Amino acid sequence: MDAILLQILNGLDKGSAYALIALGLTLIFGTLGVVNFAHGALFMIGAFCAVTLQRIFTLSYVTLDESQKDFLGNPLKVETPYVQSWFGESLGAGIIDWSVPLAILFCIPVMVLIGFVMERGLIKHFYKRPHADQILVTFGLAIVLQEIIKYFYGANPIPTPAPELFRGSFDFGVLLGFDPNAIIYPYWRLVYFAFSAVIIGGVFAFLQFTTFGMVVRAGMADRETVGMLGINIDKRFTIMFGIAAAVAGLAGVMYAPINSPNYHMGMDFLVLSFVVVVVGGMGSLPGAVLAGFLLGILESFASMNEVKNILPGIDQIIIYVVAIIILLTRPRGLMGRKGVMEE
Amino acid sequence: MSKSNFTRRGLLKTGAVAGAAGLSLPTYLRADGHSGFTNAPTGSTVTLGFNVPQTGPYAEEGLDELRAQELAVQHLNGEGDGGMMNTFSSKALQGNGILGKKVEFVTGDTQTKSDAARASAKSMIEKDGAIMINGGSSSGVAVAVQGLCQEAGVIFMAGLTHSNDTTGKDKKANGFRHFFNAYMSGAALAPVLQNAYGADRRAYHLTADYTWGWTQQASMQAATEAMGWQTVNNVLTPLASTDFSSYIAPVLNSGADVLVLNHYGGNMVNSLTNAVQFGLQDKMVNGKQFEIVVPLYSELMAAGAGANVQGVFGSMNWNWQLQDEGSKAFTQSFGEKYGRPPSNSAHTCYVQTLLYADAVERAGTFNPCGVVEALEGFEFDGLGNGPVLYRADDHQCFKDVLVMKGTENPTNQYDTLEIVEVTPRAQVEYEPDHPMFAGGDLGACNPGA
Repeated sequence: MDAILLQILNGLDKGSAYALIALGLTLIFGTLGVVNFAHGALFMIGAFCAVTLQRIFTLSYVTLDESQKDFLGNPLKVETPYVQSWFGESLGAGIIDWSVPLAILFCIPVMVLIGFVMERGLIKHFYKRPHADQILVTFGLAIVLQEIIKYFYGANPIPTPAPELFRGSFDFGVLLGFDPNAIIYPYWRLVYFAFSAVIIGGVFAFLQFTTFGMVVRAGMADRETVGMLGINIDKRFTIMFGIAAAVAGLAGVMYAPINSPNYHMGMDFLVLSFVVVVVGGMGSLPGAVLAGFLLGILESFASMNEVKNILPGIDQIIIYVVAIIILLTRPRGLMGRKGVMEE
Repeated sequence: MSKSNFTRRGLLKTGAVAGAAGLSLPTYLRADGHSGFTNAPTGSTVTLGFNVPQTGPYAEEGLDELRAQELAVQHLNGEGDGGMMNTFSSKALQGNGILGKKVEFVTGDTQTKSDAARASAKSMIEKDGAIMINGGSSSGVAVAVQGLCQEAGVIFMAGLTHSNDTTGKDKKANGFRHFFNAYMSGAALAPVLQNAYGADRRAYHLTADYTWGWTQQASMQAATEAMGWQTVNNVLTPLASTDFSSYIAPVLNSGADVLVLNHYGGNMVNSLTNAVQFGLQDKMVNGKQFEIVVPLYSELMAAGAGANVQGVFGSMNWNWQLQDEGSKAFTQSFGEKYGRPPSNSAHTCYVQTLLYADAVERAGTFNPCGVVEALEGFEFDGLGNGPVLYRADDHQCFKDVLVMKGTENPTNQYDTLEIVEVTPRAQVEYEPDHPMFAGGDLGACNPGA
C-alpha cells in the first residue's frame, strides 16, 4: 500500500509538468490550429529564466586574496555578489537563495514577449499551411532556440537549487500511520504540484469567467462566426499564444530545482507532451490536464521493481502502450471533441 | 598480446595484396602501394582525427577534449611551452612534428551516438586521410569506433571510456585505452568506503542500462561484497531517463543504507540531485547514516550537480590537483591557454595523442603494426598518475587511481572535488583472463592493406 501511495505522489509532479506543457500545446492548437513543436523549447527557456536570474543575483566584484592561490598559483580571485554588498550579507544571500521563486516574476513578461515574437514573426505565416509544414518549421525553431541557449550557457547542466526552506523531504508515512521513511517526498516537488494546480486553475478560470476567455472559447468552437460578429479574434489568439508560452515558461522555471536545466531538456518533454495531448484529446484542455496526470502516475508505477520484474523494460514504453490502447478504444482520446483533426 | 604483422615479409605480402585488390576496395581500406598501410603520409604533414562529442549532452566534455588535443598538436609541432613533453620519460619527441612531419588535425562529432561516431570517424579516415583516431566520452561509442578503426587499419587511441568491455570482450589490436576502467574504480573505492562507512553495509544500486553501467555495477558489487557489504537490489534505469524520483523513492524502504549511483553524465547529475532532494543523506537507516556513492566522477558533471556532490565519494582517472611534475606542467600549459583547469577527459586525450606520436617516433614508422608493437608493454612516467604500463595482453594502461570526494566547502568554481587517496597501481591490477574481461580476443593488428 505504501509503495502504491509513493508512486502516486511521484507521478503527481511528473504529471504536473506534462499537464502544464500539454495545456499550452492544446491552447495553441485549439486557438490557432498550429501544431507547435517549439513548445518544449519554451519550457526549457523558462528554466533558463531561473538560471539567468540566479546569474544576475550572483553578479560579483572580484578581490584578490593573496593568502590563497588559484590553480595556476596566482592569488585567488574571491567573488562577492553585488547584492550582498548592497543589501548586507544575510539579505543578499536570502535573495540569491530565493532566485527560483523570484524568477516567476522575471519569466512571465519574458515568455509572453517571446510568444508574441514567435507568433507574429514566424508562426502566423504558417496558419494556412499543412500541419506537416507547421511541424517542420516549429521543430526547426526549437533546434535554433536550443542552440542559442547552448551558445550562451554551454551544454553542461546548471545547478539551480530551491530555497533552503524547501530542501529535504516530508515523511508522509508517519502522517498516514506507516513506518518512518516509508513514504517520503521532497518539499519542492510538493510546491511544484501546488504551483501547477494554481496555474491550471488560473488558466481555466480565465477562460471560463472572463469576457476575453469567453470570446476565445467561442473562437475555438467557431472562428468564422466570431469573426463575422466584428470581433478581432486573431488579436486574441495572439495573446493566447503569449499566455501559452508563459504557462510553459512557468512550468520550466519551477522545474529548474528538480533537474538541473540543460539546453536539451525541452526535447525530453516534448514528445511525451504530444502523446499527452493526443491521449487527452486534441483541442481538449481538461483532457490535456487529465492525461498529463494519468500518464505521469502510470509512468511512475511502471518503474516499480515489482512491475519491472514481471514486465522488464515496461518503464520505457508504458506511455506509448497506454496511448495505443486509448486511441484504439477511444480514437478521439479521453476527452476529444468531434471534428477536431478529423477533416 | 596481439599477433603483429609488422615484418618485412608481411609488409611485402600485404603490399602485393593491396595492389591487386586496390581497385575493388573502399578508399579507406586501400593502402598506398609503396607503404602497405592505410593513409600513409606522403607529404610534409600527417593528419590526426579527433572524434569527440561536439553536440548532445556531452558537448562540454567534448569541447574540453578538443582543447587538450589542440594543445597536444601545438606541443608536438614545437609551439607553446611543451607541456608534458618536458616531463615525459620517453625523449623520442623533439617538437618537430611526428617523424619530421608537421601534425595537422581534423575533427568529427560523435554526438555520443555509436552510428554517428562511426560515420564521423569513417569520414575522417576516408576523406581527410586521418591516420589515428582519438577522443570520445562514451564506452558505447569507443567500442563502435574501435571496431571501425580495426577494420580500417588505423590506430584508435580511446578517450574517456570506462566500461570493462573496451579492453575486455570488445578489445581490438588496433585500439588502446589510457583511461582507467570500472573494475579499477571498484578496487580503488571499496577499501576507502570500508574505512569511511564500515564493513556492515547494505547497498542499493541504480544502474544505467548499457554496457558501461552493467560493468560498473558488477565491479562495484564484487568489490564491496568482498569487504562484507550486502547488495540489496540492482535496478536498471533507461539511459534516456531524466527524472529518477520513481527509482529513488523505494530505496529507503528497501533496508539499504547506501545508494550506489552507477550513472554518468546527465544521468549522474539528475539521479544525484534527485537523491539529495529526497533527503536520503539526512536519514538514519539500520542505525547508520545513509550514504550515496558515485563510482565515476568527472569535474564537469560534478560542477553540473553543484552542492549535491559534497561529501560523496567517487573515483577518477586523473585530476588537475595532482602535484607530480607532469600534472603540474599540463595544468599550467592548459590553464594559461584556456583560463581553466583541464578535466580528466582532456588529460587522457592529451596523453593519448602524445603516446601515439611517441610510439611512431620509437617505431620509426606510421605503420599501425609498428605503432602497436611500440605501445605494447610500454612503460612510461611523467604524464601524471606515476609509472604507467600499457599492457600488451589487452592494451589497457595500468596506473594509480584517484579516489575523490565532493568538496565540503568549495572556495571557487573549480573547487568541486578533492583527492582523498591515490590508490597504488598494484591494488587495481588484475589478470588478463579475469572473468570480468573474458570473452574477447585482440586478434592481429591490421595495417589496412
